[in-house]
Amino acid sequence: MPAFARYLAPLLAFLALAALLYKGLSIDPRTIPSPLIDKPAPAFRLPALKDPEQFISNTDFKGKVTLLNVWATWCVACRQEHPLLVKLRQQGVEIYGLNYKDKRPAAEQWLQRFGNPYIANAFDADGRMGIDWGVYGTPETFVIDKHGIIRHKHIGPITFNAIEHEILPLVKKLREAN
Amino acid sequence: MNPVRRKRLILIGLMVAGIAIAVGFALNAFNQNLMFFYAPSEVVAGDAPVDHPFRLGGLVTKGSVQRLPNGLTTRFQVTDMAKTVTVEYTGILPDLFREGQGIVAHGKLNTHGVFIADEVLAKHDENYMPPEVADALMKSKTGKPANGTAGTAP
Amino acid sequence: MIPELGHFALILALCLAIVQSVFPLVGSLNRTPSWVAMARPLAYGQFVFLAIAFAALVYAFLSDDFSVLYVAQNGNTELPTIYKVSAVWGAHEGSLLLWVFILSAWMIAVAAFTRSLPEVMVARVLSVMGMISIGFLSFLLFTSNPFARIFPAPLQGGELNPLLQDFGLAVHPPMLYMGYVGMSVAFSFAIAALIGGKLDTAWARWSRPWTLVAWMFLSIGIVLGSWWAYYELGWGGWWFWDPVENASFMPWLAGTALVHSLAVTEKRGAFKRWTVLLALLAFSLSLMGTFLVRSGVLTSVHAFASDPARGMFILAFLMIVIGGSLFLYALRAPGISRGGGFGILSRETLLLGNNLLLIVITSLVLLGTLAPLLYDAFDWGKISVGFPWFNSMFVTFTPLMILLMGAAPLTRWKHQDGGELLRQLRLALLISVVAGVIVALPFAAGTWSAGLAVGLSMWLLTTLLTSAWRRLRHRGGIRAIIADFASRGGRSYYGMWFAHLGVAVFVIGVTFVTQFDVEKDVRMSPAQEIVVNGYRFRFDGVSPHEGPNYLAQRGTVHVSRNGREVAVLHPEKRTYKVQTRPMTEAGIDASLFRDIYVSLGEPLDGGDWALRLYYKPMVRWIWLGGLLMAFGGLLAASDPRYRLRMLAKLSGKAAPADPLTAGGQA
Repeated sequence: MPAFARYLAPLLAFLALAALLYKGLSIDPRTIPSPLIDKPAPAFRLPALKDPEQFISNTDFKGKVTLLNVWATWCVACRQEHPLLVKLRQQGVEIYGLNYKDKRPAAEQWLQRFGNPYIANAFDADGRMGIDWGVYGTPETFVIDKHGIIRHKHIGPITFNAIEHEILPLVKKLREAN
Repeated sequence: MNPVRRKRLILIGLMVAGIAIAVGFALNAFNQNLMFFYAPSEVVAGDAPVDHPFRLGGLVTKGSVQRLPNGLTTRFQVTDMAKTVTVEYTGILPDLFREGQGIVAHGKLNTHGVFIADEVLAKHDENYMPPEVADALMKSKTGKPANGTAGTAP
Repeated sequence: MIPELGHFALILALCLAIVQSVFPLVGSLNRTPSWVAMARPLAYGQFVFLAIAFAALVYAFLSDDFSVLYVAQNGNTELPTIYKVSAVWGAHEGSLLLWVFILSAWMIAVAAFTRSLPEVMVARVLSVMGMISIGFLSFLLFTSNPFARIFPAPLQGGELNPLLQDFGLAVHPPMLYMGYVGMSVAFSFAIAALIGGKLDTAWARWSRPWTLVAWMFLSIGIVLGSWWAYYELGWGGWWFWDPVENASFMPWLAGTALVHSLAVTEKRGAFKRWTVLLALLAFSLSLMGTFLVRSGVLTSVHAFASDPARGMFILAFLMIVIGGSLFLYALRAPGISRGGGFGILSRETLLLGNNLLLIVITSLVLLGTLAPLLYDAFDWGKISVGFPWFNSMFVTFTPLMILLMGAAPLTRWKHQDGGELLRQLRLALLISVVAGVIVALPFAAGTWSAGLAVGLSMWLLTTLLTSAWRRLRHRGGIRAIIADFASRGGRSYYGMWFAHLGVAVFVIGVTFVTQFDVEKDVRMSPAQEIVVNGYRFRFDGVSPHEGPNYLAQRGTVHVSRNGREVAVLHPEKRTYKVQTRPMTEAGIDASLFRDIYVSLGEPLDGGDWALRLYYKPMVRWIWLGGLLMAFGGLLAASDPRYRLRMLAKLSGKAAPADPLTAGGQA
């Protein structure tokens, strides 16, 4: 059908474009798992946000399933996901915070004002720990199992869907495992 | 072929030819205008072009920002945690520019190995490091990009 | 309660959309009048439910209902009321709700203003719009519910990004969406015509006013965005070829080509295939724009925070809508009849040339926008396509278009005698070339590009005047001109006139501001003076200042010229209370022929500050040009020849017996 075929050109051009866009979605860094998945959480030891004399380290994660949430007061998206973190905490999920490249007084004030879902916060003033963990930016959330192995990384603000379909089921599964 | 048809074909032929030329020119200019991205390690290794503009990205090294006196020229270092490049920029730096921040600069290397920037970008949401920078950082540390499956083995 | 009501209303709207997509369309194919007649009421129903849903979300913001997650993320008790309303469309979920609400508004407009079209046609158009509605409503309900709750409700919301707390940016999305969504009307008409297998001049005549109005809104939306970026972002730029800007520009370019192609199809029955394809293309580009902004595929200043899963959904939707429509096109295109023939020199040819150029530009913008993605996908490296490429590409093709634009209104349809055309044009040509050359001479502007711009603008102006003179010279006096304005075909002509004038104004604005603006980054101490382009700037230091929800460092700069004070400007560096990112507010003294623009950089030692001082000549002409174009579109759309019922009455035709084809006369 030559007549028909000539007019397929726009459709074919579009399909090529769609293929490119599809590829684009799949190479979106947010859809590709971090190389740290299924590896032990990188070691760190940082002063706590509340009390610089105390220290938070990766050994604190052993024995329970925890979330590590990277946040900062200068981060707008962190403010957006915050209510969901508070909710997660109320559902019994243990969350540690990594206060990233921030200022102590601002961070403490922020938590007072908007609620504190964190068991404790590590204060990463210069972002070194962030680099070790492959942090792109804020917010990011890691799910770590009882043995201190990173099992999931969520880039960007936590969403309702992410909680229901990714995080909570994973936390449940990890708790039931050995 | 009837003359009307022929006229039409000539006309269309002319138009297509004219446009093809113009498009060819545009595409060619396109190639010349592409700016590739290089991390400091690649620049130090000599991989970056010498007299063609390119993009340099990395973290602004703490303590490296110097304002040259009496003017608006700033000098600072950009690093991917392995190697460092000195950047010089004359002008007002963007609001999001900060030590420790990931930035991308457009410009050229001068003969002394200093990157003379004509633009410094921190246009991204400050929450995110430009993905290329994060990749470069991770690569230099572990041999693997921050995200993605490409990259050399550690 | 109210949010649940809103949520429920969305579900009902989806149900109606499903019914609307199926029954009227099937009824139009089976000749079932009762099903065909369902189209209009269903459209009205959808509008009612979407209005309820939209109102529910607005109410949630106004009442600071932070138990709604979207409100908690984007609202705040301290937000001024107007921004509580605009926060509704400030982020992903709400803006989608606005999109689909506007779609329903266009739907009822189509339902209400097509009384004189064949019912079958209207039914198909509304069905297609219903299908689009299904896509967006599903997207909303399944991945982006604006009414999702959060318990317990936080006491205070996050805050609308300060960048968005601005009138210009509050109005910009609704205008743009009116444009994007409006293109779906032309799209739906095209699909309806393809389904029916009958593409005739009537179809073109019906589609044109809808397309013009959508195009008008899109023009206004783009102008607003550009103007906003100029005064808000603090660095004097007004267009960045940013992917999201390009995403709005491409449908505009395609829409422009479509409007012109429709003119040809309406008048001469020619270019039918082109016109249909353009109608499909314009809306496809709108949808593509939506994809690019929300999927995370391209990084851009504007992109909404995104979830790749959403990207997949939109991509699937694009496949169905665009792929499906192009497939339908391929099936039906062979059967579309050729229209009237035309000679090598004719208005048709010039319009064809113009459209080809527009399409070339659109394709190149698309290429430039997607190139980084292309290179990354094939692992050829991480690139960015510079601003200069887009500019030089655009500047290469625009002069050609302007030449054609000037000649076309003076060129006859079907066949134009070359000698006659030249005779009409030679005065215009002479004036333009002389003006261009004079301006290019060193004692005037001194650059060839300024000369070219002036030459081209004069070309447009003089040809427009020539064309107006030829049209009006035989009529006597003002009365006759007013009558011409009110006549059939009159406003169409004047619409063209103003729109093309707008292009001339735009070209002047762009060229002058690009060529002759002066930008100086300086370091200033208090009481220091610097002269830029004859204007004397005196910096009077910076003092703290408190705004409703921010703290600012407020500078004072006195600007004078020849001893007389011109303006006192107050550039600011603001820190909003909730999030601490610094924002720059420029101090601008605006006027028709130039802007004086000052922005604060950063504090240096010794009380000095880095400042950026600008002299921007003719910058307002850029947006004025755009507004003139929009005005032209509106004028053309209001042409009485589109009032079909009036036409039918005037020509006294009796209504045919078949209710399905009642109303339309080819």
